Amino acid sequence: MQQTLAQKIIARASGRDHVTPGEVVTAQVDLAMIHDSGGPRRVAPILADLGVGLWDKDKVFLVSDHFVPGDTEEGASILALTRDWARETGVRFLDGQGICHVVLPESGQLQPGMFAVGGDSHSPTGGAMGAFMFGIGATEMAGVLATGEIWVKVPETIRIEWTGRLGEGLMAKDIMLALCGRLGMDGGKYQAVEYSGDAIRALSMQERMTLANMAAELGGQTGLIAPDQVTAAFLRDVGGDVPDLSDLHTDEGARVLEHHTFVATSLAPQVAAPHSPANAMPADEAEKTAVDVAYVGACTGAKYEDLAAAARVLKGRTLAAGVELLVAPSSKRDQDRAAKDGIMAVFESAGAKVLPNACGICAGYGTHRLGADVTCISSTARNFKGRMGETSSQIWLGSPLTVAAAAVAGHIVDPREMLS
Amino acid sequence: MSGRVFLLGDDIDTDQLAPGQYMRGGIEAIAAHCLEATRPDFATTVQPGDIVVAGRNFGAGSSREQAAEALRHLQVAGVVALSFAGIFYRNAVNLGLPVLIAPVLKGVGDGDRATLDAEAGVLCLTGKNTDIALEPMPENLRDIIDSGGLVPHLKKRFAASRKGQMA
Repeated sequence: MQQTLAQKIIARASGRDHVTPGEVVTAQVDLAMIHDSGGPRRVAPILADLGVGLWDKDKVFLVSDHFVPGDTEEGASILALTRDWARETGVRFLDGQGICHVVLPESGQLQPGMFAVGGDSHSPTGGAMGAFMFGIGATEMAGVLATGEIWVKVPETIRIEWTGRLGEGLMAKDIMLALCGRLGMDGGKYQAVEYSGDAIRALSMQERMTLANMAAELGGQTGLIAPDQVTAAFLRDVGGDVPDLSDLHTDEGARVLEHHTFVATSLAPQVAAPHSPANAMPADEAEKTAVDVAYVGACTGAKYEDLAAAARVLKGRTLAAGVELLVAPSSKRDQDRAAKDGIMAVFESAGAKVLPNACGICAGYGTHRLGADVTCISSTARNFKGRMGETSSQIWLGSPLTVAAAAVAGHIVDPREMLS
Repeated sequence: MSGRVFLLGDDIDTDQLAPGQYMRGGIEAIAAHCLEATRPDFATTVQPGDIVVAGRNFGAGSSREQAAEALRHLQVAGVVALSFAGIFYRNAVNLGLPVLIAPVLKGVGDGDRATLDAEAGVLCLTGKNTDIALEPMPENLRDIIDSGGLVPHLKKRFAASRKGQMA
């Protein structure tokens, strides 16, 4: 019987030959990722209350990224608690190395075909590796850590195919904003979103991570991309094992709930107006919008390739008067690589301010939170009201290219004008 | 117990339910500002037993379970919506907050008096003599809600297995 990739992974994780969309099954978790905010400080008291320890410390992956750098008393104490718990439990722990959704794939531990959960809503990012990964809350995570199990309603698959090729100056982020605009924030219906087509296959792993990451903004449970040679090459590069990929795809003729087809070739750079990623429009339609702050940050928008893209625009240019450009590279690994390639130097000479490898203002933390009435353009995933600071602040979303172009122009602009 | 209906629109997100700037203040502070950007009168006037009724994609956004916890803290009887964001739905079940899907919400008005029967799957508009049929929740999820949430549910399970080991 033909099955979708999501069905195959859940069937394997629940010890079944076959599962049917809509049925509620209990699955064994291959990997559970937690961070300093929703992790130890929230789950440890629940585990203590239950009187049990971790079901398998080797399957738990802990990352500090929300309260890094710990420059407040509260943040420092949460980080201390996180570190103590890591020592006591012996779980894998990446401390201050970057944002969990980026450092987990970069660790080589997340394997194609895994059934994984993360204590954070951006967890579908793991789907870029061909893993069924989704976000859960702290209480549910405590349940996973105690039992190694979770209930899951087998999702339908919503297939999103992009034919053709993305043009010059276009990125995965533009695809996602366009999709949020077309399908809406509940277009994914908490089902498995699976991206396919020539334009997707042509994308690098980091760009695929942006697609999978923003399956959350589409309302999908996860965002899958069938693993291929790009996945295998990425795994080898980060020192991970490459499993047998031959069955990790949706079978020809498998039933899907919806199949949407889009043409990448004609896509123009997108922005999303406040206060929803679904308020997408071509960047040139928002051209009069002046910006005060430009933010290249978060798991969605500050990976190595995001930094490289922004630097293409910034090279040899300076910021518009009065505009502040903030750059918070997603991981230390990506920042080091960007430094080696001269990308961080471009940010510095353009006048950008470089912030820690952490969630920062995208999660509403840190000293650079947006002030009253500030207009920001951001390479992050969400522009909900008040998310990055004061409720009167206005957040526009765009690709790292579009964010950098706005920082130079002082207003939103089609970044392709600065690439010729 | 009957309560008042707070009728909200589509895409009520977790930043509205649990505003980021109050996340450090604990559930008291979060609940005191719940829905402040959308319905400034909500947190200040909501009474135990009141019912939140909303459109599509209720609870969109982050995985922060304080969004569901704030509503539980304010002792709302439950949330009825045309659809829920998946993580919020899971969190609500795990915290023991009844969440029910209504295929249609025709006839429900803001401020209506109503009772919510989560088990039967009915929102009864007492003043209007109208019943709104809701989708029944899967039984294993109702078990978790009936236990008061996942933690009490697991406690029962671990207690049972310890007893089994001792026997």
